[in-house]
Amino acid sequence: MSDKTIAEKVWGFFTSVKLAVALFSIIALSSIIGTVVEQNAQPEKNIKLFAKMFGHANAQTAYKAATALGFTDMYHSWWFTAMLVCFCANLTICSIDRLPRIKRVVDEPLKPIKVSDFDKYGIKKELAIEGGIEAAKAMVLTAVKRLGFSPNTTEHGSSGTKDLQFYAHKGRYTRYAVYVIHFSIVIILAGAVIGVTLGFSGFLNLPEGETSAVAYSRQGDEEHPLGFSIRCDNFAVRFYENSNMPKEYISWLSIIEGGKTVLKRAIVVNSPLKYKGYTFYQSSYGVVPGKDGRDVNGQIILNVTPKGGQAGQIALAVGESFSIPGTKLTGKVAAFSPDLSFDKDERPFTVSENMNNPAIFVELTGPGKEKSSGWIVKRYPKTWELPDGHKVELVDNYGYQYTGLQVRKDPGVWVVYAGCLFMAIGLYSAFFLSHKKIWVLLQPEKTKVNVKIAAFTNKNKIGYGSTINAVFDRLTPKISKRG
Amino acid sequence: MGSPILFGIAEVGYFVAMMVYIGYFIFKNKTVGICATTVAVAAFLSQTVALVLRWVESYSLGIGRAPLTNLYESLIFFVWCLMLGYLIIEFKYKNRTFGAFITPLAGLALGFIDLTGISKEIEPLVPALQSNWLLAHVTMSFIAYAAFGLAFATGMLYLVLSTERRTESSYIFWTVAGSVFLLVLAAMGADYLKFAMMGTSPEQIRSYLFKATFRSASGPTALLSWIGAFAVIFCAWRYGYVLRRMLKSFDISLEFLEELNYKVVAVGFPIFTLGGLIFGAIWADQAWGVYWSWDPKETWSLITWLVYAFYLHARYLRGWRGNKIAVLSSIGFITVIFTYLGVNILLSGLHSYGEI
Repeated sequence: MSDKTIAEKVWGFFTSVKLAVALFSIIALSSIIGTVVEQNAQPEKNIKLFAKMFGHANAQTAYKAATALGFTDMYHSWWFTAMLVCFCANLTICSIDRLPRIKRVVDEPLKPIKVSDFDKYGIKKELAIEGGIEAAKAMVLTAVKRLGFSPNTTEHGSSGTKDLQFYAHKGRYTRYAVYVIHFSIVIILAGAVIGVTLGFSGFLNLPEGETSAVAYSRQGDEEHPLGFSIRCDNFAVRFYENSNMPKEYISWLSIIEGGKTVLKRAIVVNSPLKYKGYTFYQSSYGVVPGKDGRDVNGQIILNVTPKGGQAGQIALAVGESFSIPGTKLTGKVAAFSPDLSFDKDERPFTVSENMNNPAIFVELTGPGKEKSSGWIVKRYPKTWELPDGHKVELVDNYGYQYTGLQVRKDPGVWVVYAGCLFMAIGLYSAFFLSHKKIWVLLQPEKTKVNVKIAAFTNKNKIGYGSTINAVFDRLTPKISKRG
Repeated sequence: MGSPILFGIAEVGYFVAMMVYIGYFIFKNKTVGICATTVAVAAFLSQTVALVLRWVESYSLGIGRAPLTNLYESLIFFVWCLMLGYLIIEFKYKNRTFGAFITPLAGLALGFIDLTGISKEIEPLVPALQSNWLLAHVTMSFIAYAAFGLAFATGMLYLVLSTERRTESSYIFWTVAGSVFLLVLAAMGADYLKFAMMGTSPEQIRSYLFKATFRSASGPTALLSWIGAFAVIFCAWRYGYVLRRMLKSFDISLEFLEELNYKVVAVGFPIFTLGGLIFGAIWADQAWGVYWSWDPKETWSLITWLVYAFYLHARYLRGWRGNKIAVLSSIGFITVIFTYLGVNILLSGLHSYGEI
């Protein structure tokens, strides 16, 4: 019969190293499964994977089993969460369990040691300083201070001459560093819990020119009121020169509250917009569903510059015409292509509905002039030049695209960052600082003083030993080494 | 001279250094040892200049970014960190015995570049990578990977020196892990030779990894490769102890290796936690709007972190020393390789900048 209470048993269970090892292993192994089975993916992807692993016949069954066990959204499954909770409990209880012992070591007052004990330490050194005790005392004190200690002094009452002992320690609180790291992990997980329970994570696809007062949950089925409105003033993709590689995705956003625009900002990837706890990230873009840039409702924006004249902006729809100011020339926007390319016979065609390479087909007519026509391509300024030195720049097809914003509200993120900061401090103290002790014994003789040094550190003994050696050797060139 | 030529010199240099270090192993001649170091240092300097040149070249192309943004550049940087770390240890401890274990790692990484036909072009940054966190996150991650690589090398050497009985699990571990490692190196060499002879262009070499051997289109070749591989593993297990006898005369202290193993892990772990995980999370928060998303790369980083955290706890709390610790540090590096390369090759996710 065990006379332990239930509380003690639970405590014992959570302090056991076996549990820690088991949790470490299970979390690591199940995480591996979570990287192989694609998370939150379309069923076909994982069925294909299972077909490879278990054969076509069993793929469906395997997929059903995996879904039932939560493997397709594993990191949010109840059992994975439970494991993280256990891990957290294990970490906390193990730390609390060990803390009193560490506290005893930290609080232990430093005492001078017996003369005979000087030989028992791992780091030790002996030397002799010529001259009297006062000179030697000053030298040793300098050395000990150079090592970063502020030493205590004590005198040993041996008969006749008195021995002198300096002793000091530093960095004893670094022994807590490991617990700072453990604590920081708990804080980070707490921050994550705050984020999941009180936060919001969703998206908002906002067409150019449109305003929304809500965002949508991940699954897209739930409206989440923001408490203010956000408008997409414009969206554009900028490309690197002479390349099809995107350089920037930019959304020009406005925050509207109480009918007034309170904030206007352009966002790009890596530079989100923050307002009232919500953060809007540039995450994707696309063509407004059901929108065809070639329809009459489009708003094609042109910058028209007559030869030697001022540039002026014009907005019109496909099929409509514009005139070049100061001339009798009329241009008709006959067609629009969001992604123009030419095949090998130089015939133009539209590659995709995405606005990767927008272009318009313009027919130019005027009195006494033959009709001329050609493509004006947004990304190629050469195509903007018209025969008579006039210029027509395609600025945008406004309203054709939407910007995909990721919307997040996470009150826990600062808790997570605080945890990260603690962790960084803890790591630095745990790996690069240590608890160091030193004892120096001065035994005066007739013409010299014998010096014995003993030292202890809980980390990097070799390094500490060589520092002590260097400092005491450098101190006085007169020192004659004996040890 | 442009950076590609200097990178080429460095690559050849590391392979030559590997052979000279092995020669030093066999002949135990000091002059050979000095030659090995000289070759390694020369290759390292050539690589350093090449890295700087590539950085400068990116500016002259009007792109202007640190050479750390794709698989090719990261591998080059990994090798550079690894060799820097190794050379520091060699000079600090006046001990060049495990050069023969590090240079193959460097050679393997550089060989991988040529075989997989990774793009070497200096390309502009995609929007997600345009951040100041890039430099800190990538540099620190790779310094940590290199430290873990050094721990792997010291761990393996420790196992070679400390085990002899064929039934011992640590002995089985090092012979199998070591021979698999060499087999991968050899298979890549075979790929390289085959495709160099056929004059295949880099675009076609893409994804040709192991196509000359294990994944060969011809059944018998593939089968023979597998049989050969198992034979090699068997021989390594059967005769691995010979290596120990060869190394005996070097008088490498096991305590030294153990201490070194711990030291490099103690450098790598905090750097990895801060640069890899924490900085990575902060950057992800800015770029993707989520500081942790269980993306495969993140998850594998966490697994790697757990393995090394386990290493540290086993050492401190349970007082694990010797073989067990050496095996742990080797397993740790296997997860590092998977985090770094395996995730890019086999899994999909947000972290796809390093794709082949």
